[in-house]
Formats: sequence, structure tokens, C-alpha cells
Amino acid sequence: MSDHILRLDDVHTDIGQYQILHGISLNVPEGGVHVLLGRNGAGKTTTLRTIMGLWRARAGAITFHHHDISNLHTSDIARLGIAYVPENMGIFGGLTVAENMRLATHSDRFDAGRLDRIYDLFPAMKTFWDRPAWALSGGQKQMLAISRAIIEKRDLILIDEPTKGLAPAIIEAMIAAFREIAQDTTILLVEQNFHFASSLGDSVAVIDDGRISHHGDMADLVADADLQNRLLSLSMNA
Amino acid sequence: MNKQISSLFEKAGGVYALPVILMVIALPLVGSFPTWVTLTVAGLGMGMMIFLMASGLSLVFGLMDVLNFGHSAFISFGAFIAASVLSVLAVWVGADNWVLNLLALTLAIGAAMLFGLVAGWAFEAVIVRPVYSDHLRQILITIGALIVADQLVLVIWGGIPISVPKPAFLQGSFFIGDISIEIYRSFAFVVGVVVFGLLYLVLNRTRLGLLIRAGVENREMVEALGFRIGRLFVLVFVVGSALAAMGGAMWGGYQGLISGELGSQVMILVFIVVIIGGLGSIEGSLLGALLVGLLGNYVAFIFPKLSLASNMLLMMVILLWRPYGLKPAIKR
Repeated sequence: MSDHILRLDDVHTDIGQYQILHGISLNVPEGGVHVLLGRNGAGKTTTLRTIMGLWRARAGAITFHHHDISNLHTSDIARLGIAYVPENMGIFGGLTVAENMRLATHSDRFDAGRLDRIYDLFPAMKTFWDRPAWALSGGQKQMLAISRAIIEKRDLILIDEPTKGLAPAIIEAMIAAFREIAQDTTILLVEQNFHFASSLGDSVAVIDDGRISHHGDMADLVADADLQNRLLSLSMNA
Repeated sequence: MNKQISSLFEKAGGVYALPVILMVIALPLVGSFPTWVTLTVAGLGMGMMIFLMASGLSLVFGLMDVLNFGHSAFISFGAFIAASVLSVLAVWVGADNWVLNLLALTLAIGAAMLFGLVAGWAFEAVIVRPVYSDHLRQILITIGALIVADQLVLVIWGGIPISVPKPAFLQGSFFIGDISIEIYRSFAFVVGVVVFGLLYLVLNRTRLGLLIRAGVENREMVEALGFRIGRLFVLVFVVGSALAAMGGAMWGGYQGLISGELGSQVMILVFIVVIIGGLGSIEGSLLGALLVGLLGNYVAFIFPKLSLASNMLLMMVILLWRPYGLKPAIKR
């Protein structure tokens, strides 16, 4: 665990005249699922968008594989091997499932092995391969968003609240899929759903009002009801 | 009942059938079949010229949310540059040799498009790029640039309307029985179909087109997938400007006599087409342009007093029915 794939040091981010992140410091170890928990408006999405360069940090440093990415263009950050699945999934509704997937490949070709793996994880992707993405259900769109993130080798996947609005059965399928994906990729997951987060997470950071208020192993948080109540009482009911 | 009509409409081709439906409705109102064919070909030709001018604007609007009122400057310059080249090549233009005629026309349109490419690149870098994501400043600065461009047209070509020599092989009409069909408008229609076909192929069969279509929907996500949307936008802007100049060159030939107001006058039709077609959609632009061209010609013949208002009425009706246009690029 000595190697951190991603590191945020005292990151401050403003949106307009409002300061959202007040000096976030976070180390994401290589491998596994790492969860950023927090209530609505705590700064979870802003943290992910700042990492991707979609919003610029006013101060602080963000390093990925020990390279400073704080001032890189979003597209360059993506090409370093970071995939981003936004809260709204970022699906191109006017394109087919296949076209959405093609966009996520840099060579415009699919690796047969990775494609088979996606079909195994999400059989709906094979069924709806040539359908327009706007016609998919919410769960299928989320599957497409995740599939797009893993169609090529990525070192880190940032996923923003993947369970939002999904049926419990789909959430269970997502848990199984994320466990499989995390075998060869690091996942930084933003969640409010504690059941989902605790089912998957190896480590957890709790964000509150733009600051990290707790950082540690997920197992410790799951085992400590008092700590859960203290940190998560605002909105973390599964 | 409404569901049945809607289902029937979709089975008949949906919005793609609208130009055909308009043609069928116009036939009994026009009364004479030869006149109807003449008006229809004229409308299709006019629509295709408007499509050339509108397609680039629609993509720029859809891809980068940029309101470019300066688009009409490329139309004006395209028309005047083509007219100047045709005047210089007057011998070829008037020759009784279609190869020389075609060569002169190709050089004229080519010069207009070359101007569109170069000026479009400069316009994007100097005028548009500093005002991304600020609509008010976009409107102000592109209107300012348009005023400067219009004055430049006056300085270079003067305030007196100039005539546009029409290549000999495109003059007059040909007859099929009693039906008279204007050669120039037929040619404009064919050119428009070819350009649409090329744009369609690029947008739907290439990776570049895939990126453009995705960028129209969600440019932030395209960047998060590792692509520089800014570079894509420059390309679209430059090609859109060249198409506007090409459309201007064709429109100048159709008008025969052009003045500095040409761009601004056509721009009203271009905006109507972009709005009713749906932002960022080439297919929508084509549909909108054909409807505007056909309706303009039919109404001018059947109800001449309504001809000025017909396109505005068309826009009102379509927006009441489909607020995002006939074929919006973004599925909501």
C-alpha cells in the first residue's frame, strides 16, 4: 500500500464566488475500491470534477502516478489513464451503444477480450449494441457508462453516485460488477448509499463541507456504529 | 385518435415526410401540374442553397453553443468573390463550351470557399475564441464583426449592386413537355444533395463525425474521454464558414444582381432553418431548408400577399409542435 495512485494535497476549488473545497487532502492507494462518502453538497462531485480538470483547483496539488496533473487539460488527464463516470452518466443519447463505446477507445478498435468481459458483466450491452442510447433504461445507461470506462485499460476510474435512482436488483448487479472491475483497476467511488459503499469499499474518506473529516479502512467504519453515527448521521441511511 | 394520426405519421416517414406532404398539399392549390413541378424544383433548389449556408451555423451552434451573427459575412464575401472571379473569367463563362463554363464556376466557388476557410479560421481565433460561454459578448462581438465585414464589402465592391455572370450552361430552362425547369436551380439542388451526402457520410461513417455528433450532445464528456473539443470546433467552424461562402456564391448566381445587404437578408432564412431544423443537426437543417424553400415558392404563387410572412408562420407552427425543432441533435 506504499504506492498511492492518486494524491490530493490541500486542494481548494471555487465555483463562481463560492468556495466548495476547503483544502482537501486525500491519498488513494493503488488497487481496490475507495469510497468518498458525504451528504449532498459536501463537495464529493466537486472533488471528482477537480481531479478531472473540469473545474480548476485554485490552490493545492493533484498528482497521479506521481505526476502533477493539477494544470493539465481534461483530455490529457483522461489520456493518462483516468476514466470518469459522472453523476448524470454522460451518455450520448443520439448515438448507439456501439458508438458510445467506440468513443471511449483511442484506437477506434475494440479489444475482443475486454468486450467479452463487458458482455459477461452486463449482458444488456450485447443485446442493445446497435440501439440508440436514449432508448435504454436508467440502469442500462449506467451499465453503458461503466462499460465505456473499462473498454480500454484504465488505471483509475472515478465514479460519481452510480446507484442514484436505480432499483435494488440493479444495485446488486452493480456491486458484483464493481468487485470484478476492481481486480485490475483502482476505483474511486463517490456515494451516499452506505450499504452499497460498505459492500464494496476497501477504504473510505468522509467529506463534509469541503473538508475530509475521516479517512480509514471501510471495515473499521462498518464495525464501529458510534463512528458511523458521528460521521454519517446526516444522510447515510442505506 | 391522436395516437392513430401520430402512428400513421411515423409510419409514413415522420418528419422526413414533411417536404413530400407539403408538395402533395400544394398540388391542388397550385392547380396546374407543370406549374407545380416548376415551383417544386425552384423550391428544392432554393432550399438546397439555404441548406449550404445553414448547415455550418447549425453545427457551430450545437457543438459550442456559439451564436455567430457574423456568419452572414461569409455569405456576402462568398457571393462577391465568386462574382468577381466569374467577371474576370467572362470569356470562359460565356463560351459555348460547358467544360470552360464548369471550370469557371468551379474556380469561382473554389475561391469563395478558400476565402471561407482562411477567414473562418481567423474569425474563430480572433473574434469567437475569447468569448466562449458568454452569449451576450458573442452576440455583441459577432454583430460588430459583421458590421465591419459589411463595410469592407462596400469599400471593396462599392455600394452599387453588381451583376453576377451566369455560366452559359446554367442559363435558361429546359422543358419536359409543358413543364419548364430552371437549369440553375436544378444545378443548385444537385450541388446541395452532393454536399449533404458528403456531410452525412463524414458525420455518420467516420470517427471525426462521431466526435462531432457526441460533442454537440455533451462536449464536456467528449473531453473527459480524452479528446480536445476545441480543435474539433475550429475544424467545424472553418468548414461551416467555407460552406456559407459556397452557399453565398450559389445564391449570388441565383439572384443575378447582388448588393452588400445580401448576407443579412439571407441570414433571416438561415436562422429560421437552423431553429426549425433543430440545433446541431445536419438532417434537421436539410429538412428545414427544403420546407422554407418549397413553402416560399408555393406561397409566393398561391397567396402572394402572404409570402413575406410564410416562413415566420412556418417557424411558429413547427416550434409549437416541436419546441426543439424537427430533428434536434440531442435526444431529450
